[in-house]
Amino acid sequence: MTAAALIAVLFGMLLLLIRAIAGPTLYDRVLAVNSFGTKTVLALGLLGFVMGRPQFLDIAILYALINFVSTIAILKFFRYRSFQVPLVRRGQGGGNG
Amino acid sequence: MAMSEPDIGLALVNIVLLGLLFVVAIAIARLRSLFAIVMLSGIYSLVSAAWYVAVDAVDVGFTEAAVGAGMSTAVLLGAMLLTSRTAKPEKSLRQLGPLLVCVATGIMLIYATVDLPAVGDPNSPANTGVGLTYLRVAWYDTGIENVVTPVLGSYRGFDTLGETTVVFVAGIAVALLLGFGERSLAETIRNEDKSLPKANKKPEAEDGETDS
Repeated sequence: MTAAALIAVLFGMLLLLIRAIAGPTLYDRVLAVNSFGTKTVLALGLLGFVMGRPQFLDIAILYALINFVSTIAILKFFRYRSFQVPLVRRGQGGGNG
Repeated sequence: MAMSEPDIGLALVNIVLLGLLFVVAIAIARLRSLFAIVMLSGIYSLVSAAWYVAVDAVDVGFTEAAVGAGMSTAVLLGAMLLTSRTAKPEKSLRQLGPLLVCVATGIMLIYATVDLPAVGDPNSPANTGVGLTYLRVAWYDTGIENVVTPVLGSYRGFDTLGETTVVFVAGIAVALLLGFGERSLAETIRNEDKSLPKANKKPEAEDGETDS
């Protein structure tokens, strides 16, 4: 059962890879990379159960955190063209650095 | 793990992950849009991190996920700020040299794997030295199931601390160069670009800007 789920997730990774390579706009690629990270997390968790070692779930959770942070960084780069702008604007004038 | 069917499944998973890596690598070499290449390098890091976990190199997988997928994507985007958005196409004749170097290196690496000892070979150098002692002693010393973790964090703790310091300093240097602070190289270049029309009128303004 878990093996079937693992195969399905790997197939999904292949589809997302096609979208990331072919994706016409930048946001297709950002979304593809983010979903690909989620698929990696799922594949790692399932792989732990298929290999009989559910401790891999901890590693999968860590990957989820890293994936989230890097997606935030990419989107921030697109919104502001820089990493130096704080995400939360303080008051009125501090936003556009 | 003793049955043969999970081993075949595991080999299939390895083959699929390595195939994904191959496809991503070809796409990175063929694409011209730098942003797509950055995104694909993030995917490459994620796949290779998953593959490291699948072949039981959990610590390497950690490093690859944190540095490759997290940090280096941000660093590459910061580097993109300083250049153009697309790469110039190379002439096909000039691509021949790097291709030959890659093929030669690959052939040498494959030739070197022939001499590697088999997995679990009791006569291999890893098992005849102190490795077996660590395997026997580590659990009683630290109570951690994965032997790699106590070796890296406990027996060679100072070595790991030094490595971490080196990586931290390198990260700070790259961040200062690429634009994560006001005094970074990227910010200086951007300020010079902005102040270029003004610089003809008032040269003092640019001096004050770069100093402060």
